[in-house]
Amino acid sequence: MTDLRVVGGELVPPSPERRHLLSISDLEREDVERLLATARSFALSQARETKKLPTLRGRLVVNLFYESSTRTSSSFELAAKRLSADTLTLKSAGSSVDKGESLRDTAQTLSAYAPDVIVIRHPEAGAGAFVSRLTDARVVNAGDGKHQHPTQALLDLFVMQEAIGRLEGLQVAIVGDVLHSRVARSLVQALRLVGAGAIFVGPPALLVPEVAPCSHDIDAIADADVVYVLRMQRERMLAGANFMPSLREYTARWGITPERLRPGQRVMHPGPMNRGVEIDARVADSAASLVVDQVGAGLVVRMAVLYDLLTAGPVPVEAAVEVA
Amino acid sequence: MLAGREGTDDLVIRGARVLDPVEGVDATLDVRIDGGTIAQIGDAVDANGHRVVDAGGLVLVPAFVDPHVHLRTPGREDEETIASGTAAAAAGGYCAILAMPNTEPVVDDAEIVRALRERAALEAHVPVGFFAAITKDQAGAELTEMAALADAGAVGFTDDGRPVAAAGVMRRALQYNAVTGRTIAVHCEEPTLTVGGHAHAGVVAAELGIGGWPSLGESLMVARDVDLAAETRQPVHLMHLSAIESVEHLQRAQAAGVRASGEVTPHHLCLTEEAVRSLDPNVKMNPPLRTEHDRAALLEALRGGAIAAIATDHAPHSLDEKDVPFEAAPFGVTGLETAFAALYTTLVVPGVLRLETLLERMSAGPAAIFGLDRPRIATGAPANVTLLDLGAKWRVRSTDFKSRSTNSWLLGKRLHGRVRLTIAAGRTAFEA
Repeated sequence: MTDLRVVGGELVPPSPERRHLLSISDLEREDVERLLATARSFALSQARETKKLPTLRGRLVVNLFYESSTRTSSSFELAAKRLSADTLTLKSAGSSVDKGESLRDTAQTLSAYAPDVIVIRHPEAGAGAFVSRLTDARVVNAGDGKHQHPTQALLDLFVMQEAIGRLEGLQVAIVGDVLHSRVARSLVQALRLVGAGAIFVGPPALLVPEVAPCSHDIDAIADADVVYVLRMQRERMLAGANFMPSLREYTARWGITPERLRPGQRVMHPGPMNRGVEIDARVADSAASLVVDQVGAGLVVRMAVLYDLLTAGPVPVEAAVEVA
Repeated sequence: MLAGREGTDDLVIRGARVLDPVEGVDATLDVRIDGGTIAQIGDAVDANGHRVVDAGGLVLVPAFVDPHVHLRTPGREDEETIASGTAAAAAGGYCAILAMPNTEPVVDDAEIVRALRERAALEAHVPVGFFAAITKDQAGAELTEMAALADAGAVGFTDDGRPVAAAGVMRRALQYNAVTGRTIAVHCEEPTLTVGGHAHAGVVAAELGIGGWPSLGESLMVARDVDLAAETRQPVHLMHLSAIESVEHLQRAQAAGVRASGEVTPHHLCLTEEAVRSLDPNVKMNPPLRTEHDRAALLEALRGGAIAAIATDHAPHSLDEKDVPFEAAPFGVTGLETAFAALYTTLVVPGVLRLETLLERMSAGPAAIFGLDRPRIATGAPANVTLLDLGAKWRVRSTDFKSRSTNSWLLGKRLHGRVRLTIAAGRTAFEA
């Protein structure tokens, strides 16, 4: 047996009817706590010399990516491999998706391989839910339009908990282009679920006051324990879009510099970063930055999600992470 | 101005509750139709050898008029044809429908109007009026030959599906419309405010991360168009209103004597943006579903008469186009076969809207706006009547539609009230 333990109390069995992870709104607080505890167990397993676990041997995880992605697609693939599952990764470039095959047809074609999990990233809201109605596989939403990116929010919670030691009562300032951000929408819901608070800070036309309190004053980050910096997407800043006048003006007003942070504040970013635009390189590489932790957490949290979806009932994590 | 098939029927409808709110009739009576005309209304009417329909327990009402239907012909006959769309209309209790000109090609030439009318004379189950476009190819730049189009039988003018974005073009269209004697119907949308919009710019779209289509995108154009109608002294009809601000502009214009009319769809009267949480493409419409506040204002304006017409905006789409994620789906839902039952179930049964008001807004109201004969149950009137079974309950199924398309927001829903018989222009158009 291993010496792995679940930190933070009893494991709550996953509810048997929950077969997909499409949105944070699908989860209860206990689901989040169970997933984070599982992820922590996997984090310990990843410190060992032999990192591969036999848990999902013989299972098939299909990654279906209709948008470019580096860390999400690679971490899902690696997570599945570390759990000994077979993986199949399809990206829109170079597949029949490229030839105009509909999402329905692609989902049905892939279902012929009887995958256990389909991980999907797609430019349109609800694509994961759409695929979940066409397949017997469990579906994980790895980003659908501007709607949701639930595994990102879970890994962010994991990093905050590890770095700060608690989630309850944390204040998080989410800075930048909230309007176009599925990361922001998922994270706000996840923070609420665990008793933490969020505020959006950025240019007025890029805020979403319907979802969380907003400020266009960068000084509003002062009260935050965590400053969560969103990627400023250059395509949103094309001349004539007029969400704001220019990237230069964005950086001057809302860019996160060492001067704008107070001691003790931690900084996160979902990546990829535009250094010198939304985040100053000195901040990105500072001790306050948790960006590298986020990448590592991406692996273990996605392992936890795959494990959780594919193991019904109260399976002890000790058994699950026993090394072959 | 309507085109349909020749032919009339003789029959007697016996023992129905005859309900024509405009004529002031509400009594159990027999109605005899001779050669497509209502010949006699009374007790124990002589059958004269006609076929007799036993209508005990049913309600006979003036048949419905839909001022806003997409027949997708020419160009997208895979989605709807004149035959299938008018069969759907007949099944929904309609005796006349008006077809939108945003087809492929656009109805912007007198020859196209003539061809459509000839086609309708061969295959339409109920008479159809064809709108022509306000601008060539609905491009919003050059006026169509409106006088020639009216002479060819166009029932009115609209660029539906698109706004006439330039105020100067809209003003010229209204000025010139004085020579046609028709009504211009406007799709109110300020395109620079609605670009990228898929749902009402409110809480639900914000939470779901879907591009917002704000109320102001409609109401700003409503304000412009009622002011242009005032200045040009022309009638203007505001299609598929969705926002409370639009209703306020319409009421203000009407109070000032402007000839402005409005229509509202069953879906805007029954649903709100909350329905969009399902991300079901069959609740994606243009204009979008809005808030409960907006829905209440539309209902109140319908009750009071500021909005005089219910229009389905029946917009068939193929399954391939509609069975995709929400943001990829086109706008529009079907409605002809479910409009009465949806409104009866949602508004009349709970006591929110009187049956008489619903019947008037589905028939006499829209007919008056476009100068059509009002369907009425009176001796000597052409037979345009619908027999309703208000006690019937039925489930909406995709396999039961006469329409070629199934993109209904009511699929799987259980409704009260069913059409049993539709007589349109004296012909039996539908019988269940």
